[in-house]
Amino acid sequence: MTGAAAFDELRDLYQEVILDHGRHPRNHRRLADADRSAKGDNPMCGDRVEVFLRLGADGRIAEASFEGRGCAISQASASLMTELVSGRTADEAKELASALRSLARTGACPACQGAVAEAMERLAPLGGVSEYPSRVKCATLAWHALEAALAGEGKATTE
Amino acid sequence: MNDARILDRPAALDVAAIRAQFPILREQVRGKPLVFLDSAASAQKPRAVIEAMVHAMEHQYANIHRGLHWMSERTTEAYEAARDAAQALLGAKEREEIVFVRNTTEGINLLAHSYGRAVLKPGDAVLISAMEHHSNIVPWQMLRDSHGIELRIAPVTDAGELDMEAFATLLDDGRVKLVAITHMSNVLGTYTPVERIVALAHEAGAKVMLDGSQAVVHRKVDVQALGCDFYVFTGHKLYGPTGIGVLWGRRELLEAMPPFLGGGDMISTVSFERSEWAKVPHKFEAGTPAILEGVGLKAAIDWTVALGWDRVAAHEQALTDHALARLSEIEGVRVLGQAQDRGGVVSFTLDGVHAHDVATILDRQGIAVRAGQHCAEPLMRRFGLDSTARASFAAYTTMAEIDYLAEQLARVRAFFR
Repeated sequence: MTGAAAFDELRDLYQEVILDHGRHPRNHRRLADADRSAKGDNPMCGDRVEVFLRLGADGRIAEASFEGRGCAISQASASLMTELVSGRTADEAKELASALRSLARTGACPACQGAVAEAMERLAPLGGVSEYPSRVKCATLAWHALEAALAGEGKATTE
Repeated sequence: MNDARILDRPAALDVAAIRAQFPILREQVRGKPLVFLDSAASAQKPRAVIEAMVHAMEHQYANIHRGLHWMSERTTEAYEAARDAAQALLGAKEREEIVFVRNTTEGINLLAHSYGRAVLKPGDAVLISAMEHHSNIVPWQMLRDSHGIELRIAPVTDAGELDMEAFATLLDDGRVKLVAITHMSNVLGTYTPVERIVALAHEAGAKVMLDGSQAVVHRKVDVQALGCDFYVFTGHKLYGPTGIGVLWGRRELLEAMPPFLGGGDMISTVSFERSEWAKVPHKFEAGTPAILEGVGLKAAIDWTVALGWDRVAAHEQALTDHALARLSEIEGVRVLGQAQDRGGVVSFTLDGVHAHDVATILDRQGIAVRAGQHCAEPLMRRFGLDSTARASFAAYTTMAEIDYLAEQLARVRAFFR
């Protein structure tokens, strides 16, 4: 980590987990047998993401993946999302999406005490974007697409 | 350049003295001195502009063109002085050829709506280029869809220059009636070869509109020498306020155009049966205009012209050369466009780091750059990019600021490695 120490003031936003998932996003592929998918579009910055979901027989999300390019924040958020929504019901995933949006906007995390506490703990590093209003949408884009996919809509936009 | 010109060469811009005239440059951002490298999006304002607008509000303000009282008459004079300043700035033949609009976007929309519908016929073509700002793409698309004109796009070379061979070919069939093209790209910094563009277009029977949003800040523009037919620019990039810009057009062309917006100030007589339009330019200036902004624009033009165009151009060239040299030293930095004739706008990518991350990290160091598509999505796609970071320069930009940008960029790269 040559130059990293010299940029200590950036650590609130670019925590190690974000740099790691940004560099090596998990589940970054198209799901051939996806039951649901939706595109997310942030026209302001040009970020585009597509989220794929495979649903299990019990209706839970069996597998999630994403495609798309963007900044470290958007890639890390999408990557963490695919890990955290697997095994959850649609309602649970929506609750998580709503908690993430509130975290990104305010930096506070009331949901961290509730049913999704464990997942929110992993997402907590994304709360750093609340200090950067123009970057909030980077963190929420994949989650908008997730909700659109769950609702059976093909497209989400952050506008 | 002959000997007399060389002896005559003016001294360089006194950047320290210029900076002292911009109060905002003393601000700190996130605990660091502001390094403002986003002037191509909007320039900062010198005290002369700020004070002119405040003075108007404190001492000399009323609605214009209608009051018979002292305040209205004085304010009208102050506002109309901006028209004289814009006429001189562009070298226009007559002051009535200066139409005030809100910004470049509105100027182009006015042209597309009015000239586009009244003069262009379905089947005629409008020729733009692949390096246009969205403001010089979308109005023509709307005209295409509503009025049946054809929209043609002149390609850009890998070096980021207008492909003049393709440009000439697109004019060949004589159906292009209007060429609408940037004078300087807001992404690549490329100056387009206006004299050749105008010569080819006129030979093919097409009029030429130039988008001068960027160029007018950095170079002496003389519309008569350039030979174009319309020229559009906005005030806020020229150290002036937001909300005011200029559409210049040749008088006979403006006179042949119907109004864009209807309302007060743009008529000579009104009855419920019919109205008659005021003469140019008032025909295009419906409603109470941006009065204070006009006063500010006049101050901004005076301030910029007083710098001396030779000095402004030399300063911009030195900054751009320095920036290109410093950025080329950083591993992984790729500058977009290598035009021969280019100005103080440098777009770049950094391998392995998205432009938004670059911008955010630079912001933490007090540096303001723009990141994204720069309202030129088709151009980004042309170069296979989702986004770039962009540093742009102004009269108040220093070499030290560019060195600081380069140092911090090298650190960004180390941070993400």
